[in-house]
Amino acid sequence: MTYNLETAEHPERLRRVAIDPVSRVEGHGKVTILLDDQNKVHQVRLHIVEFRGFEKFIQGRPYWEVPVMVQRLCGICPVSHHLAASKALDIIVGAKKLTPAAEKLRRLMHYGQMLQSHALHFFHLCSPDLLFGFDSDVTKRNIVGVAAAHPEIAKRGVLLRKFGQEVIRVTAGKRVHGTGAVPGGMNKCLTVAERDELLKDIYHIVQWSRDAVHLIQKVHIQDPGLYNSFGIFRSNFMSIVGHNGDLDFYHGTLRARDDNGKMIFDGVDYQQYDKYIEEEVRSWSYMKFPYFKSLGKEHGWYKVGPLARVQNCNQISTPFAEHERKEFVDYAGGTPMHAPLAYHWTRMIEMLHAAEVIKDLLHDDDLLSDNLMVEGERQSEGVGVIEAPRGTLFHHYRVDENDLITMANLIVSTTNNNQAMNEAVRHVARRYLNGREVTEGLLNHIEVAIRAFDPCLSCATHALGKMPLSVELIDPEGQLVHSLSRS
Amino acid sequence: MSQTFTLDGKSIPFEDGQTIMQAATKAGVFIPHLCYHPEFKPHGSCKLCTVKANGRQTASCTMRAMAGMVVESETEEINAERRALTQMLFVEGNHFCPSCEKSGHCQLQATAYHLGMMSPHFDHFFPNRAVDASHPEVLLDFNRCILCSLCVRASRDVDGKNVFALSGRGIKTHLIVNAKSGKLSDTDFSLADKAAQVCPVGVILTKRKGFAVPIGERSYDKQPIGETVEGR
Repeated sequence: MTYNLETAEHPERLRRVAIDPVSRVEGHGKVTILLDDQNKVHQVRLHIVEFRGFEKFIQGRPYWEVPVMVQRLCGICPVSHHLAASKALDIIVGAKKLTPAAEKLRRLMHYGQMLQSHALHFFHLCSPDLLFGFDSDVTKRNIVGVAAAHPEIAKRGVLLRKFGQEVIRVTAGKRVHGTGAVPGGMNKCLTVAERDELLKDIYHIVQWSRDAVHLIQKVHIQDPGLYNSFGIFRSNFMSIVGHNGDLDFYHGTLRARDDNGKMIFDGVDYQQYDKYIEEEVRSWSYMKFPYFKSLGKEHGWYKVGPLARVQNCNQISTPFAEHERKEFVDYAGGTPMHAPLAYHWTRMIEMLHAAEVIKDLLHDDDLLSDNLMVEGERQSEGVGVIEAPRGTLFHHYRVDENDLITMANLIVSTTNNNQAMNEAVRHVARRYLNGREVTEGLLNHIEVAIRAFDPCLSCATHALGKMPLSVELIDPEGQLVHSLSRS
Repeated sequence: MSQTFTLDGKSIPFEDGQTIMQAATKAGVFIPHLCYHPEFKPHGSCKLCTVKANGRQTASCTMRAMAGMVVESETEEINAERRALTQMLFVEGNHFCPSCEKSGHCQLQATAYHLGMMSPHFDHFFPNRAVDASHPEVLLDFNRCILCSLCVRASRDVDGKNVFALSGRGIKTHLIVNAKSGKLSDTDFSLADKAAQVCPVGVILTKRKGFAVPIGERSYDKQPIGETVEGR
């Protein structure tokens, strides 16, 4: 765990390379790199403009509006915000335990989202890098190139995502930005026709998800020199885990481990998250840097998301995914794997788990029950936490006696991974940039490192694999030496 | 034999004293409107129901039908003007359909869809308007008020309470609550009042019920506004 390359000691005579924007996703991201005359890297920073506005403008709004409003943070995984807010507001309306039907319907919605989001990330955004190489022909390094070279893989990616979107549609009313969850439960159950339509496809969705795990496993194992070291850094990691330490995306308690896998805390009720996690503000970034209070700012940062979750849980409750988890753990050699590119492997294990859970839920008649709402003693404060596709997501609200929101705090997955992504980008810059001319291939190496963590940073403007990057090399006098852009 | 006029070429029977809107509604022909409600005296303010009667533009909710009158309603020219009026209503208030609980039940939104409104066209005013959440059962979100005055008329003429009024003039006209504090909680307003049921947009809302009806089962999901004669 190091702060190396975060701040140069004497930045005044260094050249500045800015990648701006890295992408636009509810804001902008950029990478800045400071180089000396010998092209030695002195400073690398990933800056991201965060979703801060939402926390302010939902203040003064009625609480029941929030789950629908906050999901507009994102078009990729709006269900995460929809459900995290709903969970927080369940606490507010005194719904300590939802009806079985409501909880299972929400879980179905969320696992449908995991499936579609992971499929989108792997097949549409990352498979071009992984199948063709990071600095392969840029004109073919996109989903269209994948469709030409590997039509069956591309087709499955599209259909896996489509299936996940259908699961969301039947539970939330729309594929994107629906209204299914309300404080205290759900507003709809499944019809027999809706359930049967999904049942028709779920078995080959499970099989395709298994094939996807095997595909990335093969790619990873074939080139351990690259996949086990690209952008690597060691860190703590955190996620929620379910009953008995199971992998659980919808509900559980907070668990954190150090870089060797030793437990830092476990079984933490997320209503108390602010006793364990604090956010640091740094002058150079709009995004905060969360850390574990017990370890302090320097050593307490962590990573979240698939790589954290799959290694944090004791087991996975579904058989195929559990088998793949064991394969991954065996490959890692009994100690935590920290390589960013291993996110892809674990992400596909999670996609398989999501498909298996959907299959099981579709055989549960509770989904057809209209017993959907509970309420209890009204509270003034609530926290909702969920494992979003790219990591742990916190929603925290206070509500006044007139039902209006007075305080909102959101810690999104990207924020949790802030320091981790910075470290990965620094490693890549140190390894690949030192002493070299800026090339498109270099740009893509930086993108590959970022993409491994968070498609939110790459996909909104990176559709079809073309992130609108521009890099300018400026000499110490401020003159443009070299520029390269892709739009 | 009753008297008739023609509406877009169709013969519409009417009785003495009926307006064009009343006769058209009875005959099963829809004319877009927002401030008109069959249970209340016409207000004639929103102008969405404007038609051409014998070549002159007029509000169909206030214009009495006359024998032999030739009325045009569903013409490209009139619908373009209705669309512009609707766009102005959207930009004068804060109408954020994506997070509005009235979405799918909202007459303004449904009318915009009916008229083919694809964008607000005009610059948003983004007025700074308050929310009144003081009442235990009802939320007032003034951001969405289109000044139709239906709540004013319902509270005055049916409930006999005079809870609401329009204040100010011109572009500064706004809905107020008739209490010294200006708060709904300081009136005798009740969820059972007629005024609580007539808001065509998302101003007067029952608390804690938002989004209870799933997408696909909301009023205008089931029947788009042009397919219901009364439009509400």
